[in-house]
Amino acid sequence: MPNHTIADILRGLEAKTFSSEEITQQYLDAIAKHDSNYNSFITVTAEQALTQARAADTARQNGSAGALCGVPIAHKDIFCTEGVRTSCASKMLDNFIAPYNATVVDRLANAGVVTLGKTNLDEFAMGSSNETSFYGAVRNPWNTDCVPGGSSGGSAAAIAAGLAPAATGTDTGGSIRQPAALCGLTGLKPTYGRVSRYGMIAFASSLDQGGPMAKTAEDNALLLQAMAGFDHRDSTSMDLAVPDYRAGLNKDLSGLKIGVPKEYFSEGLDPEIASAIEASLDEYRKMGAEIKSISLPHTHLAVPCYYIIAPAEASANLSRFDGVRYGYRCENPKDLDDLYTRTRAEGFGEEVKRRILIGTYALSSGFYDAYYRKAQQIRRLIKQDFDEAFKTVDIIAGPTTPNPAFALGEKVSDPVTMYLEDIYTIAVNLAGLPAISLPAGFTKGKPIGLQLIGRDFDETTLLAAAHQYQQRSDWHQQAAPGSV
Amino acid sequence: MSLDQNDIAKLARLARINIAETDTAELSQRIGDILNMVDAMQAVDTTNILPMANPHDAVQRLRADEVNETNQREHFQKIAPQTADGLYLVPQVIE
Repeated sequence: MPNHTIADILRGLEAKTFSSEEITQQYLDAIAKHDSNYNSFITVTAEQALTQARAADTARQNGSAGALCGVPIAHKDIFCTEGVRTSCASKMLDNFIAPYNATVVDRLANAGVVTLGKTNLDEFAMGSSNETSFYGAVRNPWNTDCVPGGSSGGSAAAIAAGLAPAATGTDTGGSIRQPAALCGLTGLKPTYGRVSRYGMIAFASSLDQGGPMAKTAEDNALLLQAMAGFDHRDSTSMDLAVPDYRAGLNKDLSGLKIGVPKEYFSEGLDPEIASAIEASLDEYRKMGAEIKSISLPHTHLAVPCYYIIAPAEASANLSRFDGVRYGYRCENPKDLDDLYTRTRAEGFGEEVKRRILIGTYALSSGFYDAYYRKAQQIRRLIKQDFDEAFKTVDIIAGPTTPNPAFALGEKVSDPVTMYLEDIYTIAVNLAGLPAISLPAGFTKGKPIGLQLIGRDFDETTLLAAAHQYQQRSDWHQQAAPGSV
Repeated sequence: MSLDQNDIAKLARLARINIAETDTAELSQRIGDILNMVDAMQAVDTTNILPMANPHDAVQRLRADEVNETNQREHFQKIAPQTADGLYLVPQVIE
């Protein structure tokens, strides 16, 4: 089982080397034995997983197997799962048993996946270190004194530790790509509108997008195939045909034009990460790609712009948590106002409260134009930078993060420094573009991520570029120390 | 940009979050740091730049005005903190 990919598992299931029940049981055993080292799961759904696995084995025997029939995966605990606690890593939803499934959960279930459980995250996906979870911090399997990144830190740690072959994640400002980079994985943020947000607990609705996390680009293609597509229940879902991503993996890349933004190699970038990215670009040259220097002049404004837009949308989205219909309610409220204000004070953690307050400020009378409207204008300038670049290049490449995994507790007391860790990932969400992070080396035993950014809805080229790099490198095959 | 105690109290009120007075100093410092960081935006001339709310500039999709969901009140109220006769209960509002 060690280091199995989804593609390996499908081959094993097809060849009857093992059954879904057997491999599911192996993962459940591994979680029970090792997850205390990482804290990557909030809820393990062992019984349900074994029932699903047995059903998958029957379906395979009957010849009615879906594309991912019998493959165990984990879901980030931000996706609603009917009958199973969906906490969003918040005290506010600690008792919330979702009454319906997210579309992503339904679609993957229809493809035949088995759900091992729900993975840890930063509370309401607000964080870059997985330290804001109500259920405690997650540890990075490559170095357990370090963070796994966030907010999809539990998904990343579970895969890197060998406790799941793949998992779902969500990405509002880098929350799939940054933990993928810090844990040596491949993770894709699809184009905004490609994957349904229905049943995915909202943080910032114009930025949030669900996507796959796994060891390889091929596994990302298999998962995205099942996750993507129009959903009438999500008003921002785009009604576009979904290409065959696996078939696209071997698309010819000769002549591919790769733009390298000079702003992504400026001050603040770890020199060893810079050299690893340069080395990966050399590989692309050998593969026949043309590397071109480009400029994204508004890069430095992405973090400021995001920290108005995301909190503003969050303050509106999180107003639904009021102690009336579901979730946490404070004890003995003396009146309705006390019910609201104390429920929210006791139910939300510090980072979430801070972001709600900033968002409230940015939207409040007298400050709206200076903050929210200004940020939306800057957002367009950032999008225009990418539009301009994509006139002359097919994809954009650079580091996913400026630094490798940092120590637990190191940045928790300084939010602004923590926010700046997302400098290369945030602009992509503001522009709605697809982007993938893939392993491209190590520095001091910690993984390095290469980020590739694509044109709107062109996940195919990103997956092909990542896959073909993985045919010539073995960074993605390295196993974290202590992984099973 | 910095926020004083009254500003924090006003925001707490608007956001319906109870903030202890002992926490306001630290909160105003932290929020002040973040507002200083976002102030970089003010240096950019954005005259005539259209605000962007959706990355594809998409507008709300409308559907036909037909019933397409069934009533699931009991199912949804099962997880409510307090209900009676199909209603959500809150502390008394009107005497």
